Amino acid sequence: MTVQELPGDAAYRPTPPPAWQPRTDPGPLLPDPEPYRVLGTDAAAAVDQELLLRLYAELVRGRRYNAQATALTKQGRLAVYPSSTGQEACEVAAAMALEERDWLFPSYRDTLAAVARGLDPVQALTLLRGDWHTGYDPHEHRIAPLCTPLATQLPHAVGLAHAARLKGDDVVALAMVGDGGTSEGDFHEALNFAAVWQAPAVFLVQNNGFAISVPLAKQTAAPSLAHKAVGYGMPGRLVDGNDAAAVHQVLTEAVERARRGGGPTLIEAVTYRMDAHTNADDATRYRGESEVDVWRAHDPILLLERELTRRGLLDDRVRNAAAEAAETMAAALREQMNADPVLDPMDLFTHVYAERTGQLREQAAQLTAELDAAADAEGEAR
Amino acid sequence: MTTAAAKPVTMAQALQRAMRDAMAEDPTVHVMGEDVGTLGGVFRVTDGLTKEFGEDRCTDTPLAEAGILGTAVGMAMYGLRPVVEMQFDAFAYPAFEQLISHVARMRNRTRGGMPLPLTIRVPYGGGIGGVEHHSDSSEAYYMATPGLHVVTPATVEDAYGMLRAAIASDDPVVFLEPKRLYWSKAQWSPDAPTAVEPIGRAVVRRPGRSATLITYGPSVPVCMEAAEAARAEGWDLEVVDLRSLVPFDDETVCASVRRTGRAVVVHESNGFGGPGGEIAARVTERCFHHLEAPVLRVAGFDIPYPPPMLEKHHLPGVDRVLDAVARLQWEAES
Repeated sequence: MTVQELPGDAAYRPTPPPAWQPRTDPGPLLPDPEPYRVLGTDAAAAVDQELLLRLYAELVRGRRYNAQATALTKQGRLAVYPSSTGQEACEVAAAMALEERDWLFPSYRDTLAAVARGLDPVQALTLLRGDWHTGYDPHEHRIAPLCTPLATQLPHAVGLAHAARLKGDDVVALAMVGDGGTSEGDFHEALNFAAVWQAPAVFLVQNNGFAISVPLAKQTAAPSLAHKAVGYGMPGRLVDGNDAAAVHQVLTEAVERARRGGGPTLIEAVTYRMDAHTNADDATRYRGESEVDVWRAHDPILLLERELTRRGLLDDRVRNAAAEAAETMAAALREQMNADPVLDPMDLFTHVYAERTGQLREQAAQLTAELDAAADAEGEAR
Repeated sequence: MTTAAAKPVTMAQALQRAMRDAMAEDPTVHVMGEDVGTLGGVFRVTDGLTKEFGEDRCTDTPLAEAGILGTAVGMAMYGLRPVVEMQFDAFAYPAFEQLISHVARMRNRTRGGMPLPLTIRVPYGGGIGGVEHHSDSSEAYYMATPGLHVVTPATVEDAYGMLRAAIASDDPVVFLEPKRLYWSKAQWSPDAPTAVEPIGRAVVRRPGRSATLITYGPSVPVCMEAAEAARAEGWDLEVVDLRSLVPFDDETVCASVRRTGRAVVVHESNGFGGPGGEIAARVTERCFHHLEAPVLRVAGFDIPYPPPMLEKHHLPGVDRVLDAVARLQWEAES
């Protein structure tokens, strides 16, 4: 007797389950097991010469920026600096994959991406100098504030991309996060929302090996961070993060796909943080010099120089021009950062609410009185 | 005179009408949350909005509070006015990082460059027989975070007017909905003009001369009832409905206490570290010479919200308010 022929109450007759159908074909979503490479492969020949030269100039400038900013921490001009030395290819290629109307959602380590996108180098360091939290108008540059909590900027990127699409604008949001950030709940929620809404968002994970001191092996058991994409129903891409041409190509494809309405992509760029987490960290406690040496041989600038040399593009003129531009930027940065910023204490109350509350008016009056008293005391002392 | 006949309208319906009117007037207003679309919200507060405005304007999101609020932040960055629902008070906790680390600070962090016009609707409080995590009063957490407005209506009219004001605000507003008042009713004419005033003002719900009950949200009807009952004891109680916890209306509250000389703060969230401590301190600092007795607090016990079969012992009711009022006879006792 089959289920359908059972006598009695129809309510007890179970509905046969429908045949299971996966919602999406995971095949096309899966990343290739090997990080995608261009430099040093046959694919390099197809890369535009102008692009290679632009990437080179930006990488050299970025490396110099990291060195200068680190030096500024030693002089007490910056409270802290999380260097992206070794990761410049990710930073620069990510910024260069965006159109002007697109938005960048950086993490605290992505100052360089913001600068490569055209942000004034001094404005990019305001947070780290400590004169204010964000030194630029996010709308003017379409760069969200450098985000200190991990992965919390990713849902913002999804929401902005979604809103732009609702308004009919072909704007893409690129959100950057580190390998440690992929363990945060907001990473999961952002990717899930993006996939469900088919938001024009691109997620770039810079897997630089360590979350401060915790290595990737203790961060995740996934085959790769790019594999996480499959669970959300979006394609995952694995790319050599030190190969500027490869990063640029993968990012550009993902951005264009998002712009066409193809939905989000998760990209893992495998790279390495050559410096410590910040100037305040001691990397020798958790990694050996031999490991760093392996990556030193795979330096993003070196990889690009090899390709340029192979093509006969890296002459002294190109080298010197890149070095000089980097030096000019560093000198200007040094000079501007050596000037003490002039701060208005009353700014404390200016942007808490659109209109000051009664409580803040009282507190502003209190501070004004304190400042006046201090000025009077100083005047009398003279 | 209005032309249409007045009919009973619930607070839930008034809130729904506020969202509908805001959405009709301003295409940038978007409602989003878990179950707000097809179902119309578990309390039916968003009933019909998806049908009227489409799924893009009233959106059923994945079940993830941090994601709901986090994506709303991005939408607000791009010029929309999201109105998000956190379904139940304790369900909002996963979204606290977004709320505290981003929503509350974005204007300040960007020197006014990136204000977030966001409304976060949180049905809160007990008295509806909810099981664990469905009855918390979380207002102290929100109040402790600079950058947020924190408001809560107690009447059907305020539910409409204050939600309209919250949606119109250029700052993030935590809009606490006292869920046990969702089914409270007022006679409302469908074409009656509805008041929308800027948030931040308390109102005197009931004038009196002998003491002030300072309260808000679900405790307002309790205080009104207590004030009626106290007449028999010779007490003429004034009831101040704060409506807005942030900003706090010192002026209205202190004017009342200076008139009456005595005050009791009444709320159902726990007393230790709760809103009443802040309010009592503010009143004492400003009205010390007018006070005939210490400012007293009547609050929920300092316990995790109890199971529904015990909540009647936890929630401050009329008797507890009257006991406190009796203790205001400070001179007689001391």
